[in-house]
Amino acid sequence: MGTQNIPSIDTEIPSALVQFAISDKLINLGRANSLWPLTFGLACCAIEMMASGAARFDISRFGAEVFRPSPRQSDVMIVAGTISKKMLPAVKTLYDQMPEPKWVIAMGNCAISGGPFVFEGQYGIVEGADTFLPVDVYIPGCPPRPEALIEGIIELEHKITGWRRWPKVEPV
Amino acid sequence: MSLTLINVLFAVVAAIGFAALNAAYLVWCERKGAGFFQRRPGPTENGPWGLLQPPVDGIKLMTKQLIIPGGVDKAFFMVAPVLAMFPAIMSFVTIPFSENIVAHNMDIGVLMIFAFASMGSMSLLLAGWGSRNKYSLMSSVRAVSQSIAYEIPMLITVITVVMITGSMDLKVIVEDQTAGFWQWNVFALLKSPLMPVSFLIFFICSLAETNRAPFDLGEAESELVAGFHTEYSSMGFGLFFMGEYANIVIGACLTTILFLGGWGCPFGLLPGVWWFLLKVYLLIFTFIWIRWTFPRTTIYGLLNLSWKILIPISLFNLLLTAGLLKVF
Repeated sequence: MGTQNIPSIDTEIPSALVQFAISDKLINLGRANSLWPLTFGLACCAIEMMASGAARFDISRFGAEVFRPSPRQSDVMIVAGTISKKMLPAVKTLYDQMPEPKWVIAMGNCAISGGPFVFEGQYGIVEGADTFLPVDVYIPGCPPRPEALIEGIIELEHKITGWRRWPKVEPV
Repeated sequence: MSLTLINVLFAVVAAIGFAALNAAYLVWCERKGAGFFQRRPGPTENGPWGLLQPPVDGIKLMTKQLIIPGGVDKAFFMVAPVLAMFPAIMSFVTIPFSENIVAHNMDIGVLMIFAFASMGSMSLLLAGWGSRNKYSLMSSVRAVSQSIAYEIPMLITVITVVMITGSMDLKVIVEDQTAGFWQWNVFALLKSPLMPVSFLIFFICSLAETNRAPFDLGEAESELVAGFHTEYSSMGFGLFFMGEYANIVIGACLTTILFLGGWGCPFGLLPGVWWFLLKVYLLIFTFIWIRWTFPRTTIYGLLNLSWKILIPISLFNLLLTAGLLKVF
């Protein structure tokens, strides 16, 4: 979330022979505002993910509360927690089963870099989800608060549409 | 000739439009209702009160990749979502919204609607069988056994109503009740003292027929991933979703027609069709209310409720009504 001026994915796509600018924007707006996450949690970050779906924080305000149990119907994978080496093939399979377009949010320090599990001689933990998944948004924290997950989803919407829902809060 | 063609086209467009619009905005009602029952706001940011959520979801579902997994039975896999939506739209043909607003009134309207309703469980079976996924198959077997179990008490209750009215024409059934709200079949204690009970049985059965909580055993996430539509992405899943909501509308319409006096108004303030829609949407609200209030039952509890409680009671009700009709 330290990213400041992310270019929209429109600009990264090489220009086609026929341009469909308005419909592309409309489709991106549709995708950004109905990000259905995949129902799965790996560790304590998942508790915060559940809290962000509950009454106090409520990600349903942004249309992202539809946690789909099947990877075929979900748009964003929230890697919430520590990925052990035994869990890696399962997470990878789930990602491969999701239909395009799909996004990945790495939630919490373990999913970003291994977090507290990075030390000499550790043998069981994958050091970061980005070692095997194309991560779009990183949410730091151990675990991150639900507000941080909501900020992560808004940042992902920013990445998809190139338009940010609210002005960014500058640190004092 | 051309006039009838225009009539038919108009009826087709109106039926599909009504079903699709209802399906889209009932999803919004469901999400908003879920929010209110759980003391949270629900969708608010996309449009006023989140009203742009259904079109946004629609755009997303339509532009998503449509995966057909390797090894599936392609014909069944493609036909099943269409078959989920089609009976619901067909049933709108004969549902009378008021004295004049009906696409095509049939003297066997009840029979036609239930014939199409039983095709709905076919789509679940095809989806589960065609997707080559053990969870889908198990879930579709569950859903079909549930549909069969609940169709029996539902039909027995409908026979009771048909016996009282003496007609299978939905219009005649409503006209029989329009004298006043004490004539509604749910309050018609003189015709059969168990009428409120048969209303309750019919309502429970229509809840179970649409595979909704607390009877959504076919979609039990904790056991069966996502149920029979596990392998469906994009609009394949979207059609199942829309079919479910269209079926809810059909269930609510039927309950209104058979028991709550159709377009008959307790006091004539508005034209009949508004009373009909009011009753239908109140029933749909009750559907949503029940879904977000009760936890899911077990498969044994579900089947026991049907075979051990609902079927004996509805059979007893049928015999009692027949006896009363014979005696008086």
